[in-house]
Amino acid sequence: MSRKYRIVIAHEECKGCRRCIPACPKNLIAVGGELNKQGYFSVHAEHPEDCIGCGSCYLQCPEPGAITIYQTEE
Amino acid sequence: MEYNNRLLLKGNEALVYGALLAGCDCFFGYPITPASEIAHSAAALFPKLNRVFIQAESEIAAINMVIGAVAEGRRAMTASSGLGISLKQEEVSYLAAYEMPAVIADITRGGPGLGNIGPEQADYFQLVKGGGHGSYKCLVFTPNSVQEMCDMAYDSFRMAEKYRMPAYIMADGVIGQMMESLTLPEPAAYDYDPEWKMGRIVDGKANIITSIYLEHDDLEELNRRLQAKYRLIEETEQRAEEFMTDDAEIVLVAYGISSRVAAGAVAMLREEGIRAGLVRPKMVFPFPKNALRKLLNNGHARALVSVELSAGQMIEDIRLAIDCRLPVHLCNRMGGNIPSCGDICDMVKAIRKEIKQ
Amino acid sequence: MSETVKFGKSSVFFDTFERRPGPIRKNMHYCPGCGHGILHKLIAEAIGHCGIQKDTVLIAPVGCAVFAYYYFNCGSISVAHGRAPAVGTGVSRANPKSFVISYQGDGDLGAIGFNEFIQAANRGEKMTVFFVNNANYGMTGGQMAPTTLPGQKTMTSPYGRNTATDGFPLKVCELANALEAPVYIERVALTTTPRIRDARKAVFKAVENLRDRKGFSLVEVLSPCPVNLKMSAQEINAFIEERMEKYFPLGCFRDRSSETFPAPMPPPPVRDPEKVKELLFPRKLNIGVPKTFRNESKIFNYERRIKIGGFGGQGILSLGIMLANMAKLRNFNVTWMPSYGPEQRGGSASCSIILSHSKIPSPLIDRDCNLLIAMTQTALEKYIHELKPNGVLLYDSSTMKRPDVTPDKKVLGIDALDIATNRVGNPKCANSVILGALSVILIDHYLEGEDKLDFDRAFEEAIIDGFSSKPEVIKQNLYAFYEGKKVALERDKAKDNPA
Repeated sequence: MSRKYRIVIAHEECKGCRRCIPACPKNLIAVGGELNKQGYFSVHAEHPEDCIGCGSCYLQCPEPGAITIYQTEE
Repeated sequence: MEYNNRLLLKGNEALVYGALLAGCDCFFGYPITPASEIAHSAAALFPKLNRVFIQAESEIAAINMVIGAVAEGRRAMTASSGLGISLKQEEVSYLAAYEMPAVIADITRGGPGLGNIGPEQADYFQLVKGGGHGSYKCLVFTPNSVQEMCDMAYDSFRMAEKYRMPAYIMADGVIGQMMESLTLPEPAAYDYDPEWKMGRIVDGKANIITSIYLEHDDLEELNRRLQAKYRLIEETEQRAEEFMTDDAEIVLVAYGISSRVAAGAVAMLREEGIRAGLVRPKMVFPFPKNALRKLLNNGHARALVSVELSAGQMIEDIRLAIDCRLPVHLCNRMGGNIPSCGDICDMVKAIRKEIKQ
Repeated sequence: MSETVKFGKSSVFFDTFERRPGPIRKNMHYCPGCGHGILHKLIAEAIGHCGIQKDTVLIAPVGCAVFAYYYFNCGSISVAHGRAPAVGTGVSRANPKSFVISYQGDGDLGAIGFNEFIQAANRGEKMTVFFVNNANYGMTGGQMAPTTLPGQKTMTSPYGRNTATDGFPLKVCELANALEAPVYIERVALTTTPRIRDARKAVFKAVENLRDRKGFSLVEVLSPCPVNLKMSAQEINAFIEERMEKYFPLGCFRDRSSETFPAPMPPPPVRDPEKVKELLFPRKLNIGVPKTFRNESKIFNYERRIKIGGFGGQGILSLGIMLANMAKLRNFNVTWMPSYGPEQRGGSASCSIILSHSKIPSPLIDRDCNLLIAMTQTALEKYIHELKPNGVLLYDSSTMKRPDVTPDKKVLGIDALDIATNRVGNPKCANSVILGALSVILIDHYLEGEDKLDFDRAFEEAIIDGFSSKPEVIKQNLYAFYEGKKVALERDKAKDNPA
């Protein structure tokens, strides 16, 4: 049985503080080019399926629901 | 077991009895003369009924502990005197805004500053006019006997809960320190489960207690609601004792220990054929305006005398109540002194002489 | 194949923050990169992990976290600045089943509310305090905090914190660690991921201690405030790790969690009216008189005013209480008023007793006294001018000479202290000896008809009623009372039949 992870960043909930960017051991997170409704350049995950599920970005994120990491058992 | 409900107690002790009989669960206090017997008595009695007594680290902490206990849906009280009450004003304002009940006893002493421990009634402004920030009022009971210390402590919980606001029991050092015999009321049945209580979930949301309203309109609405409540209380809850006022030419107005001396003076004046009377507010918020306004049209009253142990605080409310339509004189002592019946009689006679001329 | 959430929004948070005004209902109100959000998430996770959401009471401070209740779906109280631990004490004592979390910032805990914090810690209240230390006052716009570092510029230390005038940063964990009561004290930082993982462990432990009623836990959190400190996410982490941690070292200061047993649950308050009466109402004794009874001697047509003076320890106040009790048992209105306050500590004691069939105006006596009982020379000199013409003076002749007073006054001396010490064996009973002598004066000289007999009983009943909880004291005081009576009677007799 193998586990797979997927990171989802809610564009509207991100305030663009960038704490998650250096935290990701796989360097998956980067600043996107679009302002959200709150006026922040939110971050986005470039290859969300490459996530290893370590939770570092989630721990670093000050917003309760901006980052969600899903796990799939196969 | 057969009990006797009549006993001899100090005013301060009677207040604790009244609170326990009303179902008060928690007492938080800080010692201060002349209110300390309240804490002594509470320390001795509350734990015997598994109720909470804490000697807080400060007056401020004590009233905050009251807030915590009331938030848990318990009846709670604190007690202090003058300067200690000054410290509690921050939280009284919060309680008014939270719309939560609490009972606070103020056994008044001399001020300003550290003053002394003698009886003064100079806390009137801070209790009646709202000593803290914001437009709020508190219920203010003014007992003048040991019996009333017990009865008013008992009633104050009900009224504070009915209107969801803090209630003060304002008694001077003499009423707190003296002993008299009194009859105890029966213990109240416990049926208290307020809606603001912590742990309650309404529409999927846990209860919160707050006094912050960022939106100006929301805060204005709270203020309007509070003012409507205060108006209702003024219309329906005035309490005063009228003593020989029907035909009185000169009417004394006094509460607490002053009212007892004033009643003695009225009796002495009547013996001399002088038509004196007394209006004794049993509460000063709401102020007994009706009892005073009645005097305006009875064809007898020529002057009023506010008998106070202060520089003249209640006198302002007397003047407002009667729209300044009668002269209101001040008969006062300060610093812990109390006028004698004779002092009051002399003043009444002098006023009368002036009127006759 | 099934997909689950490994890391995501805690169910202790509301899904939508409906309590937050304005259109934004998914985000917190904190600035980008603020540590409050990180800590909120750890606390929410810990509450969920411990299963205590329903009975948690989160006390929100004044500061940026004042709106914590927008987010947490648990009981919450927004309190005055610095007072959270006192409110928490009230909550936890009033309802021991609640779980109190006090969430406070540097101004709230370290400055205006330090006393409430340290005292609650010292009492070992069952609560957990999260102290957010971000080296400045965030909500009011970046002013100096007690935790601001030396030299650090803020709005109110524009030239840098000057330790000579502003003092040094306040070390809260170290101060709390000087106390006996706290169970767990740790300082953590919200910077790099390993540190946040350590912080998570500390938050969990503190909330577990709360769940298990172990006592007071404190977690100090060095927390990023990038906006007020005008730094990026990277810069603020460096500021915390390189500058703050030098001053505020991370680590566990104390952990007695494993050796501390859960505090027992206090018993619920007694509310049964019968039990309340048992405590407060005196037992019915077979003494007193029917409600309609009235003593009819002429002296009771007027208010009777009694002053007693002496020094502390002579039973001045309790003699007064016995007299007041007697009056109560005979349906008089009665007042008893002590001297109170510094005078007590100066050694002297006095009280005034007034009894009357009418309402008593003021309980204070400073003139027109009918009976003065003086147990010391000082008291005699202080109060003799208050005695009315024709008044009665009763004094302890074993401690003072016969006083020189105007002839209209009736004077009786009794060796109260001598009798109490030598015959009764307890000098504390001098007051009951006086009472015995007083009964003789009253009965022989002032009372009429049936009252003479009744008052003989009334004094005894006052002693029995006054000490009803201490039978051995009743016995001794009754004995002293009879001795006082005997001596006074003998003296009266000797006067009537001079040898």
